[in-house]
Amino acid sequence: MIRHSWQALDKIAASVRRGSVRAIDLTTEALSLIEASSEYNTVILTLKDRALELAEEVDRKVRRGQDPGPLAGVPYIAKDNFLVYGGEARAGSKILNGFVPPYQATAINRLEAAGAICVAKANMDAFAHGASTENSDFGVVKNPYDKTRVPGGSSGGSAAAVALGLVPFALGTDTGGSIRQPSSFCGVFGLKPTYGLISRSGVIAMGSSLDCIGPIANSVADAALVVEVLAGKDPLDATTVDRSKERYVTKPLSLSGLKIGVVKEYVSDGVAADIKQAFDQTVADLEKAGADVCEVSLPSTKLALACYYIICPAEVSSNLSRYDGIRYGYHDASSKNLDDSYLKTRGRGFGKEAKRRIMIGTFVLSSGYYDAYYKKAMTVRTMLIKEFESAFKKIDFLIGPVAPTVAFKIGEKTKNPLDMYLADVLTVPANLAGIPAASVPIGFNEQGLPIGLQLMSAMHSDRNLLGLAMSIEGLS
Amino acid sequence: MAKLSKKDVLKLARLARIELEPDEINVYIDEINRILTYVEQLKLVDSKDVIPTNQITGLTNIMRSDVIIDYGYNPRSLFKNVPKVRQHQIQVKRMVEL
Repeated sequence: MIRHSWQALDKIAASVRRGSVRAIDLTTEALSLIEASSEYNTVILTLKDRALELAEEVDRKVRRGQDPGPLAGVPYIAKDNFLVYGGEARAGSKILNGFVPPYQATAINRLEAAGAICVAKANMDAFAHGASTENSDFGVVKNPYDKTRVPGGSSGGSAAAVALGLVPFALGTDTGGSIRQPSSFCGVFGLKPTYGLISRSGVIAMGSSLDCIGPIANSVADAALVVEVLAGKDPLDATTVDRSKERYVTKPLSLSGLKIGVVKEYVSDGVAADIKQAFDQTVADLEKAGADVCEVSLPSTKLALACYYIICPAEVSSNLSRYDGIRYGYHDASSKNLDDSYLKTRGRGFGKEAKRRIMIGTFVLSSGYYDAYYKKAMTVRTMLIKEFESAFKKIDFLIGPVAPTVAFKIGEKTKNPLDMYLADVLTVPANLAGIPAASVPIGFNEQGLPIGLQLMSAMHSDRNLLGLAMSIEGLS
Repeated sequence: MAKLSKKDVLKLARLARIELEPDEINVYIDEINRILTYVEQLKLVDSKDVIPTNQITGLTNIMRSDVIIDYGYNPRSLFKNVPKVRQHQIQVKRMVEL
């Protein structure tokens, strides 16, 4: 595996602000690294012209003595479901072929205002439906540690790009684990922040009550700096919360006396031996460092996946109803009337998984089944939230594995969609509860495949979660 | 055990405005039934007195002043994405047969 290594984000930005490194050179470097690593298929579109323009602007500001911002000249990759000027936004789906965003995501605007430069769009499972990138209409991404394996998903392109060192950080989205699971599979740090911390405006929606935007980076400190730039209220996303006083750039937490709960249901027999071994080792290290580790039971976590695979497709069926070939994207011209044009455009434009989720969502929301499926799932969601709330009254953090296995083989789970859904079993609870959760690399199995540790904490304790992640990063 | 028939799945596809190819239908019948059977484990949970969670932020009634904010949206760039435009309007296929 080729592996370029970047300096920490604050160091890169400091060099650019000083004028000792030019933004244009960093952008060019990232673009040539992307080109040289095309076999991994991490990127489906580069935004060369726009990126070079933005880099010129950063360099011009430096020459004029203006401050281009805390991420001056830092190149990054955004998942393809972000609307970014300079190229198509397709969310990994051919139904959005030709769609050029008329406006930009708030997250991208904030990063741009901080001096960061989006150089490319990352490959992903179409509409973020998946745990392997095998649902992408642009081909599977290959895991940087073993090209016969998946990088995880749906933000697999983002995680693999950071692991390969193509850029110092990338943006992903996490609806049921889509930042944490690929971060774990690719050996990088990924954060799903508290729901509502980062604006979703301009990000192609999947499950609106679950979707979160977050960074994937090589270090916790880098991710924290990105969150600091991204967090905050946005009038274009009414679910964003005002936490303007909060800072996310932080220091490692002292582990001594910290109360950390191991979620009993997360370390069940369903978890592979190599994952368990790495997890137990980290628990031992935490105890050695003075943390007070205890077992915590969250009985409803066993129901979380079933709950998620009702709520998520319900929201998907609603959010994906806008793709009808009238205002943008793929349009089937052969149809004879309007109804026929909807049927053909959607039948031919959507991939298998999108169609599956739309139909399941339509079923659970349909009259006669709504109470038994959708409403039931929403009550189980409440039960799960209550269990998390009462756990966080007694302890500071919860930990567990991120996924039951390391990165699996390409094709291993594509025959049975339910098998693929089970890859999310340990990550969906945090989305249902809206709490922050992260994946921190804790080592490798015997085959050299990365393993991550999942950290969770109470709503709006993102700063502390980042602090703990830094301490764990320092353990190894 | 969920038992959606071919007719049920075709009805769902029709409601969702998705035309299925003949070879897709049987695959979806099998897969959707398997997924629904899995999620039906929730039926065993007693949650009749639990309030459903509609949203998790606790935010209510987000208001703003009724003034136009210019976000720089450009009608021309919006039309660029439209497959069929006629006289600055989006053209769609016939809805009503005469």
